[in-house]
Amino acid sequence: MTFETVIEARGVTKVFSTQRGLFRRRSVGARAVDGLNLTVRSGETLGLVGESGCGKSTTGRLLLRLIEPTAGSVLFNGRDLTELSTGELRSSRRQMQIIFQDPYGSLNPRMTIGDAIAEAYIIHGIGDRASRQRWVLEMLDLVRLPRSAVTRYPHEFSGGQRQRVGIARALALKPNFVVCDEAVSALDVSVQAQIINLLQDLQNELKLTYLFISHNLSVVRHISDRVAVMYLGRIVEIADVDALFTRPAHPYTQALLSAIPRSHPDEPRHRHPLTGDLPSALAIPKGCRFASRCPFVQNRCRTFDPPLDPTPDHSLVACHRAADGTLPAYSLNS
Amino acid sequence: MARPILEVKGLTTTLAGGTITILEDVSFGLQPGEVLGVVGESGSGKSMLALSVMGLLPKAVRRTAGRIVLDGEDLAALSPDRWRERRGSDLAMIFQEPMTALNPVMRVGDQVAEVLRRQGIPAKKARQETINLFRKVEIPSPEQRVRGYPHELSGGMRQRVMIAIALAANPKVLIADEPTTALDVTVQAQILDLLRKLQKERGLSLVFITHDLGVIAEIADRVLVLYAGRVAEIAPVRKIFDNPQHPYTRALLASIPEIDRPRGRLVTIEGAVPSIGAMPKGCRYASRCPFRRDICEQESPRLGLVSSDQAAACVQPFGFEKPQEEALA
Repeated sequence: MTFETVIEARGVTKVFSTQRGLFRRRSVGARAVDGLNLTVRSGETLGLVGESGCGKSTTGRLLLRLIEPTAGSVLFNGRDLTELSTGELRSSRRQMQIIFQDPYGSLNPRMTIGDAIAEAYIIHGIGDRASRQRWVLEMLDLVRLPRSAVTRYPHEFSGGQRQRVGIARALALKPNFVVCDEAVSALDVSVQAQIINLLQDLQNELKLTYLFISHNLSVVRHISDRVAVMYLGRIVEIADVDALFTRPAHPYTQALLSAIPRSHPDEPRHRHPLTGDLPSALAIPKGCRFASRCPFVQNRCRTFDPPLDPTPDHSLVACHRAADGTLPAYSLNS
Repeated sequence: MARPILEVKGLTTTLAGGTITILEDVSFGLQPGEVLGVVGESGSGKSMLALSVMGLLPKAVRRTAGRIVLDGEDLAALSPDRWRERRGSDLAMIFQEPMTALNPVMRVGDQVAEVLRRQGIPAKKARQETINLFRKVEIPSPEQRVRGYPHELSGGMRQRVMIAIALAANPKVLIADEPTTALDVTVQAQILDLLRKLQKERGLSLVFITHDLGVIAEIADRVLVLYAGRVAEIAPVRKIFDNPQHPYTRALLASIPEIDRPRGRLVTIEGAVPSIGAMPKGCRYASRCPFRRDICEQESPRLGLVSSDQAAACVQPFGFEKPQEEALA
């Protein structure tokens, strides 16, 4: 099968420097994202999961070049974003957008909903006043908000409605690639379901490609076609959603899935408990970065960093033992 | 059933001099050694319920009616001083964000020892007991960790310190308000395992507040569903999951994306929780309920028994007349 690639990260690294030590003379780099390779296919929803601090939000921002990578390149429709001029970057930006977690924090409280949506057109210098007005109303229809919202302010809306405004803003310029960064995480479950349904409807209507970043594994399972699992700045596994959730290959993915709360009190509980905490991004261990917490660790894991290699069922896994088939079989129901 | 260790009867709290009702007529009992899960969405009043029981309501909020009976004694009738004493010894609470609940400039061990010292335990013994408690809550190398400060610990470790502080008082009732919400899923699993273990070992009576029905499935014996400040339903956890009687409970369960359910469209609850201060006259869920009748908008349904251990506040709970499944799908 061949897939059309929308966006591709090649060896993308982001180091955030902080000053440490006496008089802050020593500079220490936190490798938030470290040599990341990732391809997002046209029309798909790629879920990106991992625990706090693993670099998933940084990855989303790097793909949109909202932050500059320290190394590596990002290709959008085949063109290297890191080499575009400011003007070219701006026109590329129209095709890629982001929806944030907190719809209240990302809306200006003094700006009406109409102005907030119209801002996208103004910044990019598109349309005259009348056409912008018309487009704003169309966007409100699209996200199923009443047209009367146009003259109202963010505080007059519930969290779910504000997230609809956030979506309208992101989609105003008709992008084809949208990063949803914890887009439903702040919402109550009943409202979360409304927004998930809306995102799926819009994807079908507008042929959107999503990178869906979330810590909520159940939501990711529901919405994604493929899922990438991130650990300490790296992708450790990418697979089709059903393969990942039924046959997770990486020990970290296995631990993550086994920690999901059960959906019924009578469901058996099988934990693959993780010991210890995430190592610091300031001091990434040599070898496999999961080795310090892996229940199946071997000596080689502490020395050699496993590459993200293809497996027989078309997924990619970064694990020595998964690669040579010596990992104990995984089952949630054994 | 044994006499409940904690009983809340007709609890009503109001804001702004009584014009806005937050909690209305909330009643439940907690049996000794039981885990009661309290589930609700934001604005349901679940944190307000915890603070009411603790006697820690913010100044603007007043309890206007209701009794809070701990082990036979009505806390609400006590003087604030006496309530504080009970809070120090028989009632303990852990919060969502341990970083803000811990003193940032005090060694974590001292924060546990402080509770022990207040019980009259001498300093040296309190230090030793603190290390034991750290071991109990599975903090690795407790001898060293007692000397650390909150910022040196991870979120999961901080929550373990909070649990150690709560256990130090040897409380009869522990109230946990979203204790795992700020944690990653793997750490959440560890903390839930720990709480379950401690609860069994010590026969703790636990009120566990959460918005997450998955967490409820993990830990609760019985479940109280709050909606907009009122009890919608209360029942044993299996009945909540298998045979929910209130339309809200049912919709809530259906709206969660599940790991093992076919991935179609999610069931949604249209609209939003009515805002505080604009509560409808009748059933507070009526505007979103697909089974709404005229009467629902007229009067607020009382919590009525559906079976011996299940109650729902609905004029027509599912037990009496089976609803059409399509209406929810």
